[in-house]
Amino acid sequence: MLEIENLHAAVDGRAILNGLTLAVAPGEVHAVMGPNGSGKSTLSYVLSGRDGYEVTAGRVRFRGEDLLALDPEERAAAGLFLAFQYPVEIPGVTNMTFLKHAVNGLKVQRGEEELDAMQFLKLVRQKAKALGMSDDMLKRAVNVGFSGGEKKRNEILQMAVLEPAFAVLDETDSGLDIDALKIVADGVNALRGPERSMLVITHYQRLLDYIVPDRVHVLAGGRIAQSGGKELATRLESEGYAAFVEKAAA
Amino acid sequence: MAGLVPIAETAGTAADSGADWLTGWRSGPADGSDAAPDWLGAVRADAADRFAAHGLPDRRVEDWRYTSLAHLTGLELDWAPAPADVAKESLPALVFGREADCRLVLVNGQVRPALSSVPALPGGTVLTSLAGALASGHPGVADLLKRRVAATGGALKALNDSWLEDGYVLIVPDGVTVDMPIEILSVGTGGALPPAYQPRNLIVAGAGSRVTVVEHHVGLCIGGYFANLVTDVAAGAEAIVRHCKVQDESREAIHIALLDAALDRGAMFDSFCFTLGGRISRNELRVSLDAPGAHCRLNGAYLAGGRQHCDHTTSVDHAAPETHSDQLYKGVLDGRARAVFQGKVTVRQDAQKVEGHQMSRALLLSETAEVNTKPELFIHADDVQCSHGATAGDLDAEALFYLRSRGVPEGQARQLLVEAFLNEAIDAVALAGMRLPLERNVARWMAERPRS
Repeated sequence: MLEIENLHAAVDGRAILNGLTLAVAPGEVHAVMGPNGSGKSTLSYVLSGRDGYEVTAGRVRFRGEDLLALDPEERAAAGLFLAFQYPVEIPGVTNMTFLKHAVNGLKVQRGEEELDAMQFLKLVRQKAKALGMSDDMLKRAVNVGFSGGEKKRNEILQMAVLEPAFAVLDETDSGLDIDALKIVADGVNALRGPERSMLVITHYQRLLDYIVPDRVHVLAGGRIAQSGGKELATRLESEGYAAFVEKAAA
Repeated sequence: MAGLVPIAETAGTAADSGADWLTGWRSGPADGSDAAPDWLGAVRADAADRFAAHGLPDRRVEDWRYTSLAHLTGLELDWAPAPADVAKESLPALVFGREADCRLVLVNGQVRPALSSVPALPGGTVLTSLAGALASGHPGVADLLKRRVAATGGALKALNDSWLEDGYVLIVPDGVTVDMPIEILSVGTGGALPPAYQPRNLIVAGAGSRVTVVEHHVGLCIGGYFANLVTDVAAGAEAIVRHCKVQDESREAIHIALLDAALDRGAMFDSFCFTLGGRISRNELRVSLDAPGAHCRLNGAYLAGGRQHCDHTTSVDHAAPETHSDQLYKGVLDGRARAVFQGKVTVRQDAQKVEGHQMSRALLLSETAEVNTKPELFIHADDVQCSHGATAGDLDAEALFYLRSRGVPEGQARQLLVEAFLNEAIDAVALAGMRLPLERNVARWMAERPRS
């Protein structure tokens, strides 16, 4: 589904990714782990097409398409979703309005019929309920005044409503207490399926106790330093990243 | 005193403004052409002398530093336009989007009863034309007008005084609450020569009364005209006056408006101005908080594109202790549009326990758009809380990316963020029924906005 080959990327002229190669098949959940500064967030922003992240070499194919040639909204229409590490606050735009524009923006781009107000309301209410989110949260401005946990839950709600083929979860566990973590993980697990893949980016192994990955990759120095099964995450937790950082620097 | 020019400094200005321009103005309403009382003739003549002495303000006048009227002096105007033939069906939809309970229509500054629908209003409330009120010798109207005309107020006010003839008059007796919003539709028509018209409006709200006025200014033409409006507001003790104005004049119109409000003890004046139209526009508010507990809220939202110039000028005088003022102006500029916000807050000596807050925010959608912000605080008391702030910038890039990453196309995402930006000012409109039409206007503007 997603094939990253020899990806090099720079921010402000500084190389962050240095030949990253990674492939995720349909239905698989992969975890990318790494210390601060290893390029985890850069990877998520390059994939979603944020300005200021310059790809200097390599390519990314997504469902057979050249992902890097697409605008952010086109990537979304192709089925890509990024759950932000720091969800953005948008004063003056309610969650409902935001979701409605997103749902119908995707439908229009895909040449499908837009949802009417009733269909949309029903869809969102049902998804919100499953995540334990109140109607009040839907009426509030996007992420404004939300706690850390509420913001992350809001990201998962968007994912549940938009049903992407591929989701990148960027440090979705950061800032969550254990109860919020369980709710978010349950929400993510509910979306797992044979046609949906995920890339779970995290610093800690903790999240992977709840979202159990098929593969684990260690990111160090802007490339994959090691890959393995879920037991690699447990090993990292006890041994730390030091060995990988040294190896990458060498 | 604001806007008044020392004579010596601008002695040459009137002549510089163009002899043709002044010749037309000089003619004034012909004596005996209306049923006005005798005192009015003297008032007009005196005002005409004042205007002649000062001429139009140029940009050397501090209050007009950022707004030039040079465009106006280049126009040959029809100072006494004949009543235009306007069919009721051609009038724009109401602000509220339904048949209004109460609407007074002015065409080129003159009240047109046949186009209006004014039902019986509660408690002896009067909504009529100034010409009618003057002819019938309404005592309250004459007294207030005489007082207000005597007050200085700059050259444009003197010009308006010199043509004192018609406008709308709203008088709400003590203790009366008028529930239905009173809608004033002011229509400008084109003509072989651009019409000039100068309505004088009065709102007198008695002690403990409550009333809401919605002014809608539109042009029924593509061409230009010059509207020079003055509205006098007097709010008695504990009165609540809400004034909501939608300025959607024709693209070539020049719209200069001054509203002068005096508030008695515990009175509240709530103003919202939504500016969309006009080539050059200015909405000036002067509010005098004359007694303890008086409170005003002045909010505005504006959308300007192409070569539009819009100016929002406010002056709040905290003349008494325990008075409050709050101001929020937000605007979106595109193309080569220019906006001006000048906000003056004066706290007099002994006016303790005063609060005055002011904020101006502008969103610039193009590199050639410009905003000039000039806050002025004159504080002569020590126990006061005053603040002011101003921002100008582009759309939030993070929010834009967030929306796009969720599948919202860029143009739509921009529109959504612009609407969200203005909604903060629109949300402040106390009148619930105004929100939707205002939001629709924003959506329409974003779709049709003129580019440079």
